[in-house]
Amino acid sequence: MFELVVISGKGGTGKTTITASLASTGPKKVVADCDVDAADLHMLLAPQHTQKTDFYSGFIAEISPEQCINCGLCAQKCRFDAIAMKKTGAVVRREHCEGCGLCEIVCPADAVSMQERRCGEWYVSRTQVGTMVHAALGIGEENSGKLVTTVRKASSDVAREVGVETVLTDGPPGIGCPVIASLTNASMALLVTEPALPAMHDLQRVVELTKHFRVPAAVLINKADVNSVIAGQLKAWCAETGIPVVAEVNWHSDISKAQLAGKSLVDFNPTEWRTFFEDVWTRLSEVAKCYEFVA
Amino acid sequence: MNIAIASGKGGTGKTTVAVNLAAFLARGHYTVCLADCDVEEPNAHIFLAPVWREEVEATLPVPEIDEASCLGVECRKCVDACRFKALAWMGDVMRFPEMCHGCGVCSEVCPNGSIFNGVRVIGSVKNGISSINANSQLPLTSGQMRIGEAMAPPLIRKVMDSSDMQKSDIVLRDCPPGTSCPMITSVDGADFAVLVTEPTPFGLHDLTLAVECLEKLHVPFGVVINRYGIGDNRVAEWCDERGVDVLGTLPFSTEAAAACSRGELLIHAIPELEEAFGRLWKQVALRVHREVL
Repeated sequence: MFELVVISGKGGTGKTTITASLASTGPKKVVADCDVDAADLHMLLAPQHTQKTDFYSGFIAEISPEQCINCGLCAQKCRFDAIAMKKTGAVVRREHCEGCGLCEIVCPADAVSMQERRCGEWYVSRTQVGTMVHAALGIGEENSGKLVTTVRKASSDVAREVGVETVLTDGPPGIGCPVIASLTNASMALLVTEPALPAMHDLQRVVELTKHFRVPAAVLINKADVNSVIAGQLKAWCAETGIPVVAEVNWHSDISKAQLAGKSLVDFNPTEWRTFFEDVWTRLSEVAKCYEFVA
Repeated sequence: MNIAIASGKGGTGKTTVAVNLAAFLARGHYTVCLADCDVEEPNAHIFLAPVWREEVEATLPVPEIDEASCLGVECRKCVDACRFKALAWMGDVMRFPEMCHGCGVCSEVCPNGSIFNGVRVIGSVKNGISSINANSQLPLTSGQMRIGEAMAPPLIRKVMDSSDMQKSDIVLRDCPPGTSCPMITSVDGADFAVLVTEPTPFGLHDLTLAVECLEKLHVPFGVVINRYGIGDNRVAEWCDERGVDVLGTLPFSTEAAAACSRGELLIHAIPELEEAFGRLWKQVALRVHREVL
């Protein structure tokens, strides 16, 4: 199984745009959207749900107003500022509660119970480019990476079931839990970046993360013509660091037009983009072979 | 006055708005400071080139076990109580500090006082001063998460608690993208949030999530449409239908994109944008005063 995870460090570099076009080209695959907090890939691939599952993770404190004696001990002890004391008693601030259960332990009035927490839902869907596994995290729910792990596991299970050897994963921005959950044991990371100092700074941090988790990496430079000087610096840094640059995409009016039309670049204008992205897949598989050889 | 600059979608221009607004206010001789709460990928310092005064290691309390006093197999209360799989029983109590949320449950349940605070390094908090021009300075507090650390919220809280914040009339917070724990932590307690979006389908979709999130958190907010001119009018139309305040727009231009790519402040690189940030501030201040009053 070859799993390619598309991440970036910095948000807004074009991960989802690039992933959608990679989904429309290359080998048969299962597509996974692991940006569960602000998932957008479904807007370009028109998935039709075949399965929907509630996602439960962790716990949330519930306080019974009838039993609460308003002593304030829970609020005092809570390390996450997740309990507010009102005139009527203690109230849980749901978005801050980490479900640790300390309030339940210290409450002298037995007013707290820990309930299973429904954090969102995940879907298996049909698309024109293959099966897609994706999710929606509930607003304000914790994004510890467990929903990401669920999506990844489901996508590799589906790939095995349908006899497909590639999973393409749209990853989240940043370097925290959801990114770590997207990356662990992935075959390769494709880092989508842009020629700008903030993006370059963030790329360097996410590259360190890929090294930490021993995931081989390649770079795609998006909006490459915005700043050719920094594009040059980026390529030089990649060369020094030993990270291959598999493609450069210049700014093109198709990029926003395709998104407005709810399509990938390749579906919107195949003449312009199909060969380009097929070539990206060819380069990626060459890079993967090199990494295997080195490993 | 605490103002959070957030978004749903990444890359809409939160940092651009935060640093330029902060610089604009510093030049206007307000006592303002900027907290870079995007601890996973902090960028504000790239635009502000601060002189760093101090860097403090940030840690999370994680349990250490005093094996001499630990009651071991006859007890195991800490292992049973931990909901994050940070403690396991393997003949003695085995710790997995990277899983620990620092909640304190284990030391609370230990009947023998055998658990004491160790630390996990989560990153660092830096304090510095940026010279916007010869007469204006802007304090910057920036958090940088250790690579490999999974949880951003504890470090974000430390950035927000940093001492410089207390000396300023206006605290701007550059928040991380999304609507989950890192964003929630960084908008907590803000008097107002500026949601930065772009006029594209992704921008609109993620904006609706961010709006729902701020409404749940009861944080008043307004929207800035950045890169105005790319995409279409659906964001503006949605805001209108939904009754969401649009505080202003910032026009798309290749010049602005190029200036940002070089890490330059737009109010210096493109003089017309200085006025745009001035107008934006007026709208923010009006709404904050309206909420406060």
